[in-house]
Amino acid sequence: MFDLDLWREIFQSINKNRTRTVLSGFTVAFAILLFAILFGMANGLSNTFSNAFVDDANNAIFIYTGTTSKAYKGYQAGRQIRLKNEDLDYVKKTYGDKIQYYTGRVTRNVNASFENEKNSYGMRAVHPDHQYLENTKITEGRYINKIDIENKTKVIVIGRLVEEDLFAKTTAIGKYLNLDGIQYKVVGIFKDDGGDNEERMIYTPISTTQRLYGNNDYLDQINVTYNPKMSYDEAIDFGNQITKDLKERFSVDPTDQRAIRIMNMAQANKGTNQITFALSVIIIIIGFGTLIAGIVGISNIMIFVVKERTKEIGIRKALGAPPKAIISIILLESILITTIAGYFGLVLGMGILDWIGPSLETYFITDPKVSTSLVIGATITLIVAGSIAGYFPAKKASKIKPIVALRDN
Amino acid sequence: MLNIRKLHKSYPIGDSSLHVLKGIDLSVEEGEMVAIMGSSGSGKSTLLNIIGMLDEADSGEYILDGVLIKNLTEKKAAIYRNKFLGFIFQSFNLINYKNALENVALPLYYQGLKRKERLEKALFHLEKVGLKPWAHHLPNELSGGQKQRVAIARALAANPKLLLADEPTGALDTKTSYEIMDFIQHLNDEGKTILIVTHEEDIANMCKRIVRLKDGVIMEDINVEQVRAFQNV
Repeated sequence: MFDLDLWREIFQSINKNRTRTVLSGFTVAFAILLFAILFGMANGLSNTFSNAFVDDANNAIFIYTGTTSKAYKGYQAGRQIRLKNEDLDYVKKTYGDKIQYYTGRVTRNVNASFENEKNSYGMRAVHPDHQYLENTKITEGRYINKIDIENKTKVIVIGRLVEEDLFAKTTAIGKYLNLDGIQYKVVGIFKDDGGDNEERMIYTPISTTQRLYGNNDYLDQINVTYNPKMSYDEAIDFGNQITKDLKERFSVDPTDQRAIRIMNMAQANKGTNQITFALSVIIIIIGFGTLIAGIVGISNIMIFVVKERTKEIGIRKALGAPPKAIISIILLESILITTIAGYFGLVLGMGILDWIGPSLETYFITDPKVSTSLVIGATITLIVAGSIAGYFPAKKASKIKPIVALRDN
Repeated sequence: MLNIRKLHKSYPIGDSSLHVLKGIDLSVEEGEMVAIMGSSGSGKSTLLNIIGMLDEADSGEYILDGVLIKNLTEKKAAIYRNKFLGFIFQSFNLINYKNALENVALPLYYQGLKRKERLEKALFHLEKVGLKPWAHHLPNELSGGQKQRVAIARALAANPKLLLADEPTGALDTKTSYEIMDFIQHLNDEGKTILIVTHEEDIANMCKRIVRLKDGVIMEDINVEQVRAFQNV
């Protein structure tokens, strides 16, 4: 039901009492502004935490080896532990469903040259799954695939910056790049959010490297991702299980910390999650506190408004205004002021976040933004808040006896 | 038109209560112009407020135009006030942020009339009180006499059966008072029933009947020879 005349009455009242309107609007706008900024900052903080790990899949487990630090089962301390292809197969077979992706990894430094351009880069020899583990984003061509592994093909996938360095203006795809004297065909270009170093990387099939350099089946690392259905605690336990099993497999003392090492993202994520959660709880409390302060503020102002307009309300009643008309006028004014001012505060807050956001990265706040759902939620909250703020004063206004109202001159 | 029997009203003052109206019997016929007189505290304003449904009696009977006014809900009271009554106050009681035309149109708004119709009617009544050129002025741009005329136009706008005036000239100088009274007399000539509360003898004498109140009872109820206001202007 849209009553144009009622709105006309309200707009007239708002318009004729600008100071009052601006003041009450300011209260609400300010509350919402703070609310938006606080929420944005909190989001920015948690963005920083989650961004810290975008480089890799956040459910990755990295397995490294080193030399033993303790003598065990007749072996001397100082023995070099080496991972091999069969260990990867063992991990795959043993843990089955608990693992989502798996890859071996061999790292080398290579000198690359194309025509007159030369540079040295890190090279990772990997399995196809490595793409998901490292969050590598293919922008052109393709990644290493199964056929490359089987045929030990001399193909490479190069980082965006490698292409920029060596190929200048032409495209690298299909060209042959010389790495330490061996010609590799470029089959793909990638980017990576992990930074410049990650984008100066070259990927090649692991089998190719194993054959070309030493003709062995050694692996520097085994990297897997655990099944994302696992909770952090389950994943941490899983990581410990892998360590334990591998130590047994390589006859390493269970208390040896150096021979088999694991980096489990679950561990880091668990900590981050707890911090982020605590942060958001604090922010929600502060945010809603501000919001409530705003509601109380406008409610106070509306009570004052009713007091100020007592006489006018008395006149209206004497002229035949039913209680409903009085309630509507006060309530809708409150809702209107709250909604418009609140929206203004929200937009302003988002504007400020947008404006100062980039300069806050030094303070661990990345991309502070308020989500659309929060905006919608806040708008609904505003309307509800306006109704609550306006309802009691409006009810009070409707109970004003015209005789009392007209008497106080 | 208006029938009041054994009307009592008291107000609580602290622990005790003040008996303001002590059994009022009054009946007013259509077309009458009655002055209700009395010193302050005599209960004349209370009586008017009860007649105007702005206040409710403790006991007694009040029939207005054949309708028993008793235990009205706020909503009913609002409808009756709008339909039956027009108010004129001592302090005009115009809404200060609305111009003359909008003030006059306000009772029509509560009658549910369309805006265009409302403004047409309001303008007609403003013209009747001679303020058409002032239609778009705010109350604070008008003189006291003009304000009261706007108030009269507003009281007339809803075409009420009964016009209630509470000291309508109380805030005006003598000359303006007489102009207003002249106008009210003309309304009465046209057949409007009018009740005026006043404590001024000359104003009372411009009515056709004077009811004198003292200490909550009617002391005297006489018909008088109407003094025409324009003779004094």
